[in-house]
Amino acid sequence: MSKGKFGIHGGQFVPETLMNAINEFEEAYNKYKDDPEFVSELDTLMREYAGRPSRLYYAEKMTNDLGGAKIYLKREDLNHTGSHKLNNCLGQCLLAKKMGKTRVIAETGAGQHGVATATVAALLGLECEIFMGKEDTIRQALNVYRMKLLGAKVNAVETGTMTLKDAVNEAMREWTNRVSDTHYVLGSVMGPHPFPTVVRDFQSVIGREIKAQLLEKEGRLPDVVMACVGGGSNAMGAFYEFIKEDSVALIGCEAAGLGVDNPKNAATIANGTLGIFHGMKSYFCQNEYGQIAPVYSISAGLDYPGIGPEHANLADTGRAQYVPVTDEEAVCAFEYLSKTEGIIPAIESSHAVAHCMKIAPTMGKDKIIVVNLSGRGDKDVAAIARYRGEDIYE
Amino acid sequence: MSKIKDAFKNGKAFIPFITAGDPDLATTEKLLVEMSRSGADIIEIGIPFSDPIAEGVVIQEADLRSLEAGTTTDKIFDMVKRVRSEIKCELAVMTYMNPIFVYGTDKFMAKCSECGISAVIVPDTPFEEKGELAPYCDKYGVELVSLIAPTSHDRIKMIAKNSQGFVYCVSSMGVTGVRSEITTDISEMVSLVRSVCDTPCAVGFGISTPEQAKSMAQYADGVIVGSAIVKIVAQYGRECIKPVCDYVKSMKEAILSN
Repeated sequence: MSKGKFGIHGGQFVPETLMNAINEFEEAYNKYKDDPEFVSELDTLMREYAGRPSRLYYAEKMTNDLGGAKIYLKREDLNHTGSHKLNNCLGQCLLAKKMGKTRVIAETGAGQHGVATATVAALLGLECEIFMGKEDTIRQALNVYRMKLLGAKVNAVETGTMTLKDAVNEAMREWTNRVSDTHYVLGSVMGPHPFPTVVRDFQSVIGREIKAQLLEKEGRLPDVVMACVGGGSNAMGAFYEFIKEDSVALIGCEAAGLGVDNPKNAATIANGTLGIFHGMKSYFCQNEYGQIAPVYSISAGLDYPGIGPEHANLADTGRAQYVPVTDEEAVCAFEYLSKTEGIIPAIESSHAVAHCMKIAPTMGKDKIIVVNLSGRGDKDVAAIARYRGEDIYE
Repeated sequence: MSKIKDAFKNGKAFIPFITAGDPDLATTEKLLVEMSRSGADIIEIGIPFSDPIAEGVVIQEADLRSLEAGTTTDKIFDMVKRVRSEIKCELAVMTYMNPIFVYGTDKFMAKCSECGISAVIVPDTPFEEKGELAPYCDKYGVELVSLIAPTSHDRIKMIAKNSQGFVYCVSSMGVTGVRSEITTDISEMVSLVRSVCDTPCAVGFGISTPEQAKSMAQYADGVIVGSAIVKIVAQYGRECIKPVCDYVKSMKEAILSN
């Protein structure tokens, strides 16, 4: 029987070699997720090590400047290692340790998930190996060095388009090679069951905090929660708590690269079709023969041809809306937030900021938007400078 | 009656794999005809996929060469249909779930049946997800080959009980590719299969030399070789027919010599 379904999406489409490993992972997750000792250990790490809860910041200048809805920023960029990725890595690595694994592997796009995995591996004493597309190792050279500094081995993947999807391919291949002592810390709400559920659960702390913090500040729920979407982990983490709250609109912002009508984009809901790849049934950018498309975005973290199965289902049911945001719009938002609020957002998160800039002025002043600021932008400064024609190299 | 099972009747079966369209479909066509005359009992035709996660570098590169040369699923079916009567052995298709699903699983299996392809092997679709394929395979009489791996343990009986055609025993951890040594206990895997069914067992992943093939054939009913052949194709390009067929003959002789 197929497991881990979200509507028609999800499932476990992996080689037989991995089936016992993912079954074992599912059993461990079910055993520990409500285990008081595990929960308390994870809570302590989230608080003392990651620095949670992250702030829900009222962006007053931005609100006044745009002249519409009140804007709050969920500051996942203040999380240790500079993004939401750590939440999932703490959970999965702690589980890996309980399962008796001594080694973790992970894929990474922008390098944020790789850095977060390498960080927790260092903390928990696990051997760590990261797979990163060669193209991305060039775009995000500082993160490569960061991972090495943290004791991880970084493998530059030279197959296919040499970006995130190829890094996932290579991490999966490595996992089939060595499952007995190794756990694959998948970084997004994608892949075979139970990953989409496990990663969502570890990231759902974002939405729970938003709800409690906004209730305290405003005494009510937000009208809109928005986040950028590649595989979709920060968005799923922000959305999950609000899915049952019909009054809250959920908006995922996809990377449209040079535009949804240009082949150089990564907007899966806008341009993708139903397929079965990377362990899951979901939407993918692909051709009529099911060959996966070489997608593009300025943001290495959103440069992925698929989307997590729960997002695909939220799109099907209409519970969440997915909108395309271009490179240019994201870069403008990157600069805008830096100048307006003194916060440099990750280029990934800038896609959500860009959409907020579009819709906030169209909404009344009594409305509230929460933007999940999934990461900080230090890693992107050199690339944005180059985008603007400045000759800066890191 | 299972045509695939029949292919195991004349002693041990030799099952070569090639990536269709590498370096072009005209070469694939010649290889299918000539390998069948050189002792192949079943030929696995690989339909190339952009992201073959169960393949090592050799077959990944073959898939990319083929796709870059413009190979499509339709062109492969057309070629097979045209030359099917000249191919003296059974044919199976090996590809990933996405090319089948996006083509339309119903249409894909109908095409297989129309082209005389008796079985499909889909390495990223485990027992739990058979529902995506089995109803369409049954509808058109195409057999769905099950895979078992060195990590399958308690899953082997469950998988074997429902197997069709042959059971594909994955001999090594990891992805496809030539290995100098195979450490998995193949005899144990095969005896677990035999304890619940009479489906023939063929061993693949990592086998390249006649010695390895001979040793595997002691326990299994057939031997599958992919990367070693794809390497010869990569080396000789359009001139690969003779070296590939010489290799097929030597492997068939080795597995019959036990």
